Amino acid sequence: MSPLVRRKKERFRLPVKYWILILSSVCVLLMCLTFMTDFKFNTANYIVGYTIVPFQNGLSKVGGYLTEKAELVAQINDLLAENEALKQQVDELTIENTALMQDKYELNTLRELYSLDQQYSDYDKIGARIIMGGSNNWFDTFVINKGSNDGIQPNMNIMAGSGLVGRVVEVGPNWAQVISIIDDTSNVSATVLSTSDNLIVSGDLSTMENGYIRFSQLVDEDDKVVVGDKVVTSDISDRYQPGILIGYVSYIEEDSNNLTKSGYITPAVDFKHLSEVLVITELKQTID
Amino acid sequence: MKKVITAVILIFISFILQSTVFRALAIQGIVPNLLIILTACSGFMQGDRFGVFVGFFCGLLMDIFFFDIIGFYALLYMYIGYLNGFFHNIFYPDDIKLPLIMITVSDLLYSLTVYVLLFLLRSRFDFGYYFLNIILPELVYTIFVAVIFYPILLLISDIFRRAEKKKEE
Repeated sequence: MSPLVRRKKERFRLPVKYWILILSSVCVLLMCLTFMTDFKFNTANYIVGYTIVPFQNGLSKVGGYLTEKAELVAQINDLLAENEALKQQVDELTIENTALMQDKYELNTLRELYSLDQQYSDYDKIGARIIMGGSNNWFDTFVINKGSNDGIQPNMNIMAGSGLVGRVVEVGPNWAQVISIIDDTSNVSATVLSTSDNLIVSGDLSTMENGYIRFSQLVDEDDKVVVGDKVVTSDISDRYQPGILIGYVSYIEEDSNNLTKSGYITPAVDFKHLSEVLVITELKQTID
Repeated sequence: MKKVITAVILIFISFILQSTVFRALAIQGIVPNLLIILTACSGFMQGDRFGVFVGFFCGLLMDIFFFDIIGFYALLYMYIGYLNGFFHNIFYPDDIKLPLIMITVSDLLYSLTVYVLLFLLRSRFDFGYYFLNIILPELVYTIFVAVIFYPILLLISDIFRRAEKKKEE
């Protein structure tokens, strides 16, 4: 036996201030990298994609199921009354419908003549489910359950129903982060459909509570743009496909410079009750 | 080692709850900040070293999923965890006042930093609006959730303390 008694090895621990220093510099480095270059933190995206996202997928499904069931019970009474009213309405509408059908055939032939049917119905789209809302009260971002495995790339446009929701910012293997157009930092170049005047639509946290987002820099010398006009994404935007409905003008005022106008837009999408969205799998053509 | 694994699981659970279940339970679109509760608690329960690491990884998760600049929230949460570590020595498990005060201060600090750095610098000057509509509701909701969440964390830290004592004996 050796005379030396083997002492339990003292574990070396780096003092906490050095850890702070190291982690701070890592953070600052990452911030600079992600802010100034196109650097994507891919390893982390993969790790969280296969650890956290599956849970969220499951939980959001359970949550959706529960809210559905709860709403079902609460709504049965309302539904019965509504059913009566609706039956009456169906009769009225059937009569109206026949008249409208005739108009529609006429419209279709006219559209073909003007080749106006190039609406966004011909973009390729895939459906996706929202699995996480932003866990932050300051920004309107969310995560969907499709990622690079499904062919999703950054800057693809997101729609819900007939309106624009936002665009993809970051992509993991089975998830993608979406920034919505109502986010405080989001700006979209848009056009008023009736007059083809360009404007900038920017999200605003403080007005979104009342259901509006802001627009600005509308040049409209002849006062042709009126409340209720449709606003769609413009041809000159480098991230958004042209002609997607954003919303309707709900308030206009003249800026103090007397040249441009600004005001509010009511978005076409109900951002409070989003659960499924469509991803347009075409990227806007840009010159690189 | 067991402590680290528990911490990782707790971070995951808090983050997933915050972004799914609490999103569905949001009042006026306001979500409680579970991650700040977790960071603050690990700071004053386990010391500054633990607070720093828990804060860093909580923030990193936020960065990856919800923010385009990676590192911002990681930095913020890490410092909050470190600051809470200073109160490790005067923390007594039976007293709920200090934890609630620390969680309040941490959440306020977090909200104010986010407002100043990400909103004020983009010339959003209406502090009153943001304070009344975002910072204050989040604070109240967070404290309310902390009253429920804190005993659970206390229970977990108690189990570890007992195990450590046994080992020493």
